[in-house]
Amino acid sequence: MPFFRNLLDGARAILRKKHVEREMDEELRAYLDDAAREHMRRGMNPEEARRAARMGMGSVESVKESVRAAGWETRLETLWRDLHFGARMLRLNPLFAAAAILSLALGIGANTAIFQLINALRLRRIPVSNPQEIARIAIENRHNASGNFSSRYPDLTYALWEQIRAKQQGFSSVLAWSPSTFNISPGGEVRNVQGLWVSGEFFETLGVQPSLGRLLTPDDDRRGCGASPAVISYSFWRRAFGQSPSVLGQTVTVGRRPFSIVGVAPAGFYGIEVGRDFDIAAPLCSEEMVDGENNQIKNRSGWWLSVLGRLKPGWTVEQATAQLHAISGGAFEAALPPEYNSSTARSFLGFKLKAFPAECGLSDLREGYQAPLWLLLALAGIVLLISAANLANLLLARATTRQKEMGVRMAVGAGRGRLIRQLLAESLLLALIGAGLGGLLAQGLSSALVASLTTTDNPLFVDLRMDWRVLGFTTALALLTSVLFGLAPAFRATNVTPGVALRESNRGSTGGRSRFALRRILVVTQIALSLTLLVGALLFARSLNNLARLDAWFRQDGILIADIDFTPLHLAAENRRAFSTELLKRVREIPGIDAAAAAAVVPLSGDSIGHDILPDTGDGGDSAPTVVFNIVSPGYFDTLQTPLLAGRDFNDRDTPGSPNVAIVNRSFAKQFGNGGNMVGKTFRVRVMNKITTYEVIGLVQNTKYIELREDSRPIVYTAKSQHDRPGTDALLLIRSRTNLASLMTAVKEAAGAANPDMDISFSTLRKTIDDGLVGDRLMAALSGFFGCLAVVLAVIGLYGVISYTGAQRRNEIAIRMAMGAGRGNILRLVLQEAAVLLAAGLVIGTGLALAGGNAAAAMLFGLKPWDIWTFLMAHSGLGVVAVAASLLPAIRASLLDPMTALRDE
Amino acid sequence: MTDKAASGLVQGTLDMLILKTLELEPMHGYGIGQRIEQISNGVFQVNPGSLFPAFRRLERAGLMKGEWRDTENNRRAKYYALTAAGRKQLRGEARQWTRQAAAIARILESET
Repeated sequence: MPFFRNLLDGARAILRKKHVEREMDEELRAYLDDAAREHMRRGMNPEEARRAARMGMGSVESVKESVRAAGWETRLETLWRDLHFGARMLRLNPLFAAAAILSLALGIGANTAIFQLINALRLRRIPVSNPQEIARIAIENRHNASGNFSSRYPDLTYALWEQIRAKQQGFSSVLAWSPSTFNISPGGEVRNVQGLWVSGEFFETLGVQPSLGRLLTPDDDRRGCGASPAVISYSFWRRAFGQSPSVLGQTVTVGRRPFSIVGVAPAGFYGIEVGRDFDIAAPLCSEEMVDGENNQIKNRSGWWLSVLGRLKPGWTVEQATAQLHAISGGAFEAALPPEYNSSTARSFLGFKLKAFPAECGLSDLREGYQAPLWLLLALAGIVLLISAANLANLLLARATTRQKEMGVRMAVGAGRGRLIRQLLAESLLLALIGAGLGGLLAQGLSSALVASLTTTDNPLFVDLRMDWRVLGFTTALALLTSVLFGLAPAFRATNVTPGVALRESNRGSTGGRSRFALRRILVVTQIALSLTLLVGALLFARSLNNLARLDAWFRQDGILIADIDFTPLHLAAENRRAFSTELLKRVREIPGIDAAAAAAVVPLSGDSIGHDILPDTGDGGDSAPTVVFNIVSPGYFDTLQTPLLAGRDFNDRDTPGSPNVAIVNRSFAKQFGNGGNMVGKTFRVRVMNKITTYEVIGLVQNTKYIELREDSRPIVYTAKSQHDRPGTDALLLIRSRTNLASLMTAVKEAAGAANPDMDISFSTLRKTIDDGLVGDRLMAALSGFFGCLAVVLAVIGLYGVISYTGAQRRNEIAIRMAMGAGRGNILRLVLQEAAVLLAAGLVIGTGLALAGGNAAAAMLFGLKPWDIWTFLMAHSGLGVVAVAASLLPAIRASLLDPMTALRDE
Repeated sequence: MTDKAASGLVQGTLDMLILKTLELEPMHGYGIGQRIEQISNGVFQVNPGSLFPAFRRLERAGLMKGEWRDTENNRRAKYYALTAAGRKQLRGEARQWTRQAAAIARILESET
């Protein structure tokens, strides 16, 4: 009760301030009257009595002040008054306020934006009920697994999923899912959306409720199901159906199969993959029908599913793992792919299932971008430090000019602590406004970051909602920076003896050497930190440049990729090879096309085919090396302009009936042919349990295969015309100098002339390669931005300090000039000062950059973090800018008229 | 003028004395100060600078409550009265104080 009373009275004191004050006045007046009457009763005349009463009370204001101080509301009021006063001071210096707020907003904004991404990818839990109960079931230390790996999370095969569902006991329910792209175009040019294959238990296990209609249930997911119901995401509902409730019962085609929409997932539910959203979720069983003969459900060695479960009450991840261990033997035995050879079967049967905590969901982005994001956060933090140092510097300069003001205020009775609090309130105000603007800036910045990482084939979705972590981070940052840049100047400004401060003129002994040391230290720190950032920025820029200018030994520009899917034609296997040859022939006949070829894998797309190379005798055991393959048509090397170093290209005489032939690259020849010319030699390849012997007919230059960063790996090219299981699509690489749009139309027409009922999608090799470099480009751009910002801030700091020195040493300079020093001498004197600061900053910065470089080492390509040229560039760049910035104040000092300066004194 | 006695008053003691003064009847500010001075034979002189903050404190703590009334000479003054909580607090503090004072007195006597 007393507590609430206290609270209530305090609130009343704030809200009805006038009233409460009037009451207090009246009470005190009554007291004085009583005291005066008492004095009169003892014989004083009224005049004397009133004076005596007043003297007995002392200062009425100070009594009132101590009464006010008895309530909690006063502290709040003081803070409010301080903030109010601070705002007035800032309004008096709008230029200073604007510069301070802008640099803080940039610094805090950049930090918040990057933290938002880290928070969304790393810290936040998935949008399901009780996410802490969700665990991922996968194979512990999986290695030497073989088969077809598709989807971003190829943890398990369908056969293993069936085993787990039947035998597990630690989970109240388990689910399987696989992300995929769904082509929702009814025919013609492909239109891909983000799809999920989900088992019937998916939504139930996650505890998700529909926002419209119903979600999928185990009844929807029965082996052999045909056209099935599907659920769409809230965002897809909004985007494609304008949130119309009549969406229920409508049909959407996936791979030309009709699915009827039965429900809409709740808003904000993006699935369990952090960093991506989905559009359509369809039952797992439909995959068999949609993917036709390439389906993964029947493929015993098809790794494509991710399995999660909700732990039973009271079960821990460890207990669930123990139970999964117990069932592993039987499960892997039952799910063993029959096409495995003895070596792969041995590893498969040795696998053990394990449960992993998955409350934060799954995310390949998390793994890929975690290190860069932490590094960027560190860089942004340094920028904020530099801008805080700049503010501290500005405030320190102001502190010196405000010492007189502080002296006056102390003389009239203000305590030092009170003044420091007031000055800190001013910095706090700056920081809070800066943080507010920075927070707004961060919203735009973080979405721009996500957008810059998004590519058409790889759309990212990061839930960037503000939450308490982001809010707390930004607030903490604001408080921290305000103390960082406000505390020292506040102490400095109030470190005065009132008498001394009042007596002294503005310029004189107050600005001693030691007083100035702090500002010099700040500038040295700024230069050191900005050098570190500049080195970082240059490292990333040069690394990106190395990647972009790398000679991959194939042509990267002017190559169109056309993926023509003729599954809808339902061609028999024996007719497909002829059809795809026919397609290629028609495309080659298009006028303006220089060359065209078919391939199974587009280089640098991230796809790969790998097989084991066996020694000339024996089965190679478990240690047979795996190399990557591509299956190409004649003219592939000509199309990409990869040099054929020896032997010949594939030709029409390489048929299924003729001996199997292969073209290898130099790395392959080096590893398997002792570096000699392998043309004419043979080697053996094992695909599952089948062994094939190939004769080498050509040797080509090394090219990059999966990514630009890789060392040249051994590659084997086999002839598409000899491939024993021709697929139902043709991936064509087309080199042409005509413009892209008309080329695409021409290719569509040429393909349509062969058969109009096919799905076509286009891309270019340049785009494929660029998409692989988004991360590198982002690092280069952001670190470059931070580096430039840091240099600008540091140079402003240096300029300020040098100007200040010039002003401070006016007398000294004037006397020197009067004694005969030339302008050149003075110029040298001031520049020397700048040079000392710069040199100290550069030395310390070099140390910092060397120490910090290791954090970036793994992200660099083609250069080391201690790359000498990078350091030279950074040093000279920063040096030139810094000298230029100090030249202006130096010239100003040297133009001083000694007589005027000395007369002023 | 024995100012040192008044300034020597511990905060808690002043609060207790004020409550004690109000035990019989509600009083206004000046009266409370006078009463403390009179009863203590001028040993305690309470200045307004500590009296009024103590009123605010005790009022906030719910130990006494203020009320505007007309005085005997027909002026308005703020009268303070003990609340039930105030009465209880006073009893407890007085008991504790007496015990402590007696103990201190014994210690001082034994020293002579």
